[in-house]
Amino acid sequence: MRYRAEVFVTLKPVVNDPAGLTIRGGLHTLGFDSVTEVRAGKYLVLTLDETDATQARARVDAMAEQLLANAVIEDYRIELEPVGEPVATGDASA
Amino acid sequence: MVFPGTWSDRDCAHAVLDVLQEPVRYVDHREQSVDDLELVILPGGFSYGDYLRCGAIARFAPVMDAVADFANRGGLVLGICNGFQILQEARLLPGALLRNASCEFRCEWVHLRVEQSNSAFTLDSRPGQVLRIPISHGEGNFFADPETLEVIERSGQVVFRYCGADGRVTADANPNGSLHNIAGITNARGNVVGMMPHPERACEPLLGSDDGLAIFRSAIHALARVPA
Repeated sequence: MRYRAEVFVTLKPVVNDPAGLTIRGGLHTLGFDSVTEVRAGKYLVLTLDETDATQARARVDAMAEQLLANAVIEDYRIELEPVGEPVATGDASA
Repeated sequence: MVFPGTWSDRDCAHAVLDVLQEPVRYVDHREQSVDDLELVILPGGFSYGDYLRCGAIARFAPVMDAVADFANRGGLVLGICNGFQILQEARLLPGALLRNASCEFRCEWVHLRVEQSNSAFTLDSRPGQVLRIPISHGEGNFFADPETLEVIERSGQVVFRYCGADGRVTADANPNGSLHNIAGITNARGNVVGMMPHPERACEPLLGSDDGLAIFRSAIHALARVPA
């Protein structure tokens, strides 16, 4: 099965985020005064072939631990969805 | 050590070979062994384009297993700028280097206060000595969690702090937002040092300072004291 994994990497709450602070300043300059906090991060989209969703998630988790995120300063979150094998819906063959 | 994107390797070689008259070999990132070396320098640059995070890809270069073995056996390793970032990604040094608090790339002369003379790279210095050495980085903002920071401080692993010309460690002298003005640290054993400033760019009076030589000279003296 082919899966699409989205990995969101953000600085841990205790880590100062100068980019986020600068973006917040820009938003305030534009008049978006309601913004109290901006956290900047990375968004990675992976496509991978694995036997099932559990295996796919475990693999992406290992990738995040080893490379995609630095546990000293970053947290990550994974969202996974199947995209591979065509789903037989029966209504597209007219 | 030369990774794709390393840019300060020739400056380091100039300091060690031309100025200090010690032999130098460029090590390709694909090599499997550094056992013929007495000192490994990871120079500055933008290894692998600094994609993902500074040093994150270089850390998995084939040669890095050999560097880790070398370091764990007590071999002398100096990481400068991007090299410091690589050593942290490889977990050979604690903490991480975040984007500068100013969000600006800072290229300027700074003063460093030597905090201890126990590491292999500060043997020839005395605590409190002030060195004038340039920085050139966008991500040199030293961070470690409170527990790690406490351990680093308590065990004397802070090697250099940003300071004023008079040696006073102040917020004004901090170019990048580093916690406790930390510019360089060592591992507990004292054989691995990482620093953001570039000592190789301050190795001759013509360059504006030769204060950086003390760091390379210390390593040479450390090697003379402890034969392999």
